[in-house]
Amino acid sequence: VSPGDRPARGELRIGHGPQAGPPIPTDAEGIARSVNGGASPEAALKAIFEAADRADGLNQFNAFVSTDTAASLTAAAAAPRDGRLAGVPVAIKDNIATSFLTTSCGSRILEGYVSPYEATAARKLREAGAVLIGKTTMDEFAMGSSTEHSAFGPALNPHDTARVPGGSSGGSAVAVAQGLCPIALGSETGGSVRQPAAFCGVVGAKPTYGRVSRFGLVAFASSLDNVGVFGRSVDDAALALEVISGPDQAHDATSASASPPVLRTARRDLRGVVIGRPREYFSESLDTAMHERLGRAVEALRAAGAEVRDVSLPHTALAIPTYYIIAPAECSANLARFDGVRYGLRIEGDGLQAMYEATRSRGFGAEVTRRILLGTYVLSAGYYNAYYRKAMQTRELIRADFDRVFAAGVHALFTPTTPTPAFRFGEKAEPLEMYASDIFTVTANLAGLPAMSVPIGRVRGLPVGGQVLAPRLDETTMFRVAYALEAALGPEAHR
Amino acid sequence: MPVTRDDVLRMAALARIGVPEARVDELVRELSAILGHMEELRRVTEVADRRAEEAMPLAADEPGAVPLARHREEFAPATREGFFLVPRLHTHGDDVQGAS
Repeated sequence: VSPGDRPARGELRIGHGPQAGPPIPTDAEGIARSVNGGASPEAALKAIFEAADRADGLNQFNAFVSTDTAASLTAAAAAPRDGRLAGVPVAIKDNIATSFLTTSCGSRILEGYVSPYEATAARKLREAGAVLIGKTTMDEFAMGSSTEHSAFGPALNPHDTARVPGGSSGGSAVAVAQGLCPIALGSETGGSVRQPAAFCGVVGAKPTYGRVSRFGLVAFASSLDNVGVFGRSVDDAALALEVISGPDQAHDATSASASPPVLRTARRDLRGVVIGRPREYFSESLDTAMHERLGRAVEALRAAGAEVRDVSLPHTALAIPTYYIIAPAECSANLARFDGVRYGLRIEGDGLQAMYEATRSRGFGAEVTRRILLGTYVLSAGYYNAYYRKAMQTRELIRADFDRVFAAGVHALFTPTTPTPAFRFGEKAEPLEMYASDIFTVTANLAGLPAMSVPIGRVRGLPVGGQVLAPRLDETTMFRVAYALEAALGPEAHR
Repeated sequence: MPVTRDDVLRMAALARIGVPEARVDELVRELSAILGHMEELRRVTEVADRRAEEAMPLAADEPGAVPLARHREEFAPATREGFFLVPRLHTHGDDVQGAS
């Protein structure tokens, strides 16, 4: 484990010096293959826990809000040894219900809450043999882009601890970047997997809306929410996505399509693939060093055989106002259930209404309160047409932009994931400044498209990501482009 | 369109969140700035076909419980010990049939 830098694909061992055990692979497939072949499923976990102890502990960068190493080792001993993820350590965001550890959504209102049931995505990982090592730090109820809105303190970017890891799934990105696990789950409403993946130098993928069951994912904005995956490599992310995708009897809104074949079947060159470069994402206001990194990535795509073509998505500038009306509107309805009656915190008051108000006032942080009030405002009868209805119409225009480009023969799009590398803690104090940092990611959520971030190098020593988007349900093409980019850039992607 | 103190207090009542007096002015400023940014959407001239949406009635913005449109007995006829009896969900994951 080498915090602060991407651990190379290599080996871990239990113990060190002459008594060290046999080498243990660190990629998901390698770990599973060794357990499938008879190795102990606890081996990778023990090696990681020992390595973490030799550093500053598992929570050196505050990636986790809850861990229980003994329970994880017990779960490993009971895990199926023939699964695709046998013995693979995984971290899961704190808003995805798990069979043990808390599901507190980074909020005081659910502090210490343990779910009575398990999310489908978490169950599929467990049934494939993966072992949960911790629930990860997140912005409260997934509202934020830095983890600064976590009620339990932010996670730190392992590349520079004065900077944010991104959010809202920042803790999951940190756990993977730290080398504690090859795979982690996050959730996405407006870029909450891709943005922290870019800031932490790992791979982050959001599938098509509805591709992965949302059963057990605590709802923020239901028309935008997705479960997403982090991986140390495209391979790790592909394997995780294949395992968690597919229809779910417990959640009718999940696509009936089978899991997309993305692992290795997507690993081909890009001859015959047309990649669009939307000019609205490459404006002159982008940092020169970002432009330079993006230019190298585009050349790498061309070298892999792709035809790169300039395209236009003319309603991109409306994405932030559209998103920040629809998401708060939906959150104001979804979070109404947290009122002191059924879940978590209850602050008694003089009567029922006073109890509701006191509980929600004390239980929710500043950002969640702001978004609930904003959402209530834009849904109120006096302002519904002026804001919410207009945003829903604009969402259709944004979706139509993508449909038009894909219908014109473009197979995938390539953009920056973020306008800048990771920013400093406290740097974006005004809500609007923070919201603006999501400009390149919210469009995929509004349009329901699959999108992923792949490391493309560093700017002033900090990782940055390139984003690949594809038509709905075409994760195979998205991963094909990501594989080609990863292979073409090689070590360049991490320096 | 700037948000007023009354707007903030009214939204807080609708959303059942207590807002400390010291925080009201800050929320007025923050929400006004955010909604000011949203004014961009008003410039959108292309309008998708939303006739069905226009026909959707809106509830009045009144704090408190919304009265039921039908009598409770029509959709939840059975009770036990003060709780409604509802069909078991598939996700309960056991073999017990019927209501509980």
